[in-house]
Amino acid sequence: MPRREITSGNWAFAEAMRQINPDVVAAYPITPSTDIPMKFADFVANGKVDTNFVTVESEHSAITACVTASAAGARVMTASSANGVALMHEIFPIAGCFRTPIVFGLVNRCLGAPINIHCDHSDSMAERDAGWVHLYCEDAQEAYDTAILSVRLAEHKDVLSPVFVCQDGFITSHGFEPVNLLDDTAVKAFVGERKADFPLLDIDNPVTYGSFVMSEYYFEIKRQQVEAMKNVLKVYDGVAKEYEALSGRFYPKLDAYRTEDAEFIVVVMSSASGVVKDVVDELRDQGIRAGCLRVRMFRPFPAEEVAAALGGAKAIAVLDRALSIGGTAPLAAEVKSALYDAGKSVPVQSCVYGLGGRDFFPQYARDLFCDLAAGRVLREERYLGLLE
Amino acid sequence: MKQRGNSAEMGKPKKWQDVPMGGIAFGSSAEAVETGQWRSMRPVWDGQKCISCLLCWNQCPDRSILTDENGKVSGIDTFYCKGCGICAHLCPKKAIEMRPESEFTGPGACAKGE
Repeated sequence: MPRREITSGNWAFAEAMRQINPDVVAAYPITPSTDIPMKFADFVANGKVDTNFVTVESEHSAITACVTASAAGARVMTASSANGVALMHEIFPIAGCFRTPIVFGLVNRCLGAPINIHCDHSDSMAERDAGWVHLYCEDAQEAYDTAILSVRLAEHKDVLSPVFVCQDGFITSHGFEPVNLLDDTAVKAFVGERKADFPLLDIDNPVTYGSFVMSEYYFEIKRQQVEAMKNVLKVYDGVAKEYEALSGRFYPKLDAYRTEDAEFIVVVMSSASGVVKDVVDELRDQGIRAGCLRVRMFRPFPAEEVAAALGGAKAIAVLDRALSIGGTAPLAAEVKSALYDAGKSVPVQSCVYGLGGRDFFPQYARDLFCDLAAGRVLREERYLGLLE
Repeated sequence: MKQRGNSAEMGKPKKWQDVPMGGIAFGSSAEAVETGQWRSMRPVWDGQKCISCLLCWNQCPDRSILTDENGKVSGIDTFYCKGCGICAHLCPKKAIEMRPESEFTGPGACAKGE
């Protein structure tokens, strides 16, 4: 039966994994994603799943085992964070190129050094060009739902690409809140069985993965990955609507909150968007036309939809929880590029916040909206909450 | 995306859409690849000295040590042999000798060879 439980982002993700019952999970624990393989190991030990749970010696081995298991035709899931994600970096483009669906619980944590266990998006942003879908979740409910939805997205015949399901480390992963959980049989019916087209284990139809491909065809294979990401933009809403029919919850690529007639919009991802939405309500009560655009899908980047949602505003602020040191922060760069392509020259204030788990307070959002309303948009990047 | 088929029969793709997804090679098998072409040193077996202890057969990283119907060593198949020399190193009777591949190529090579 569907049920409502007080649970955390990590536990909710692990619960989704139990219901999905993947063929293979290969994982190496790292804070703050540790709860996911830990909870899942309980399920394995207690016979709640029949997954082949591979306890490897490093994150590099974990993702390698995941890629090969997926190429073999298995349904595969794993989780990691921060420097664990960075250690997997070499293998991510291989997963993308081999077109191996993997649903990956990425619990965002800043990359060391300095060593720090708290949230920012520097770990996943460093993997934005690897040929993976990136979905950023606002809360535990969304992390749970997105885990289930992503199985279908990753294995879609026009996509066949791995998916990062990102949630904010500690803020979401360790925060306990009510989460609506689906019935086990409903989840199993929704995800079905994986039917791989070219599994390595089909010994009657042998295939080789990882052949040497020189300058003759490397470019063409990369172009196919670009197409797969374009296809994500086309098929995503269909999968999300099917999930809505099951759960009553619809997750669009972009969560546009009171943006329709907004003059001033803050663009943000993941958990901080809740704070921004509260401030939007506050300002709307005062007659200020504020809005919040939460970007849930970062790869592929839904540029046309972003430009459509933002193009009518008088000023925009983009909040990045990651730096591109020496360049434009990742989300700001995408937003500016989307507006330029759409022929919209709206002033954009790029802001970096929350690095290393620095709190993001409502006052920051209030001040930011005030600056936008007063026309104070700087060319240079601003740092919210920095000691200065 | 091409449907399943033998890579050798596919011909050269002319457009990016026709290249097999992810560079997957269909119907391929390492069995058909003559890795022996990489070899610079060739093992030469002496049937007079060999006692068929099968150390070489057991340790060969490919499957280059040939045996007859009685399970006795009968020679070396150089199709896969990369010339690593493990067989010669292990042989208790020095029945396998590693010789430079150059001895088996070029004018007059046949006279020196197997």
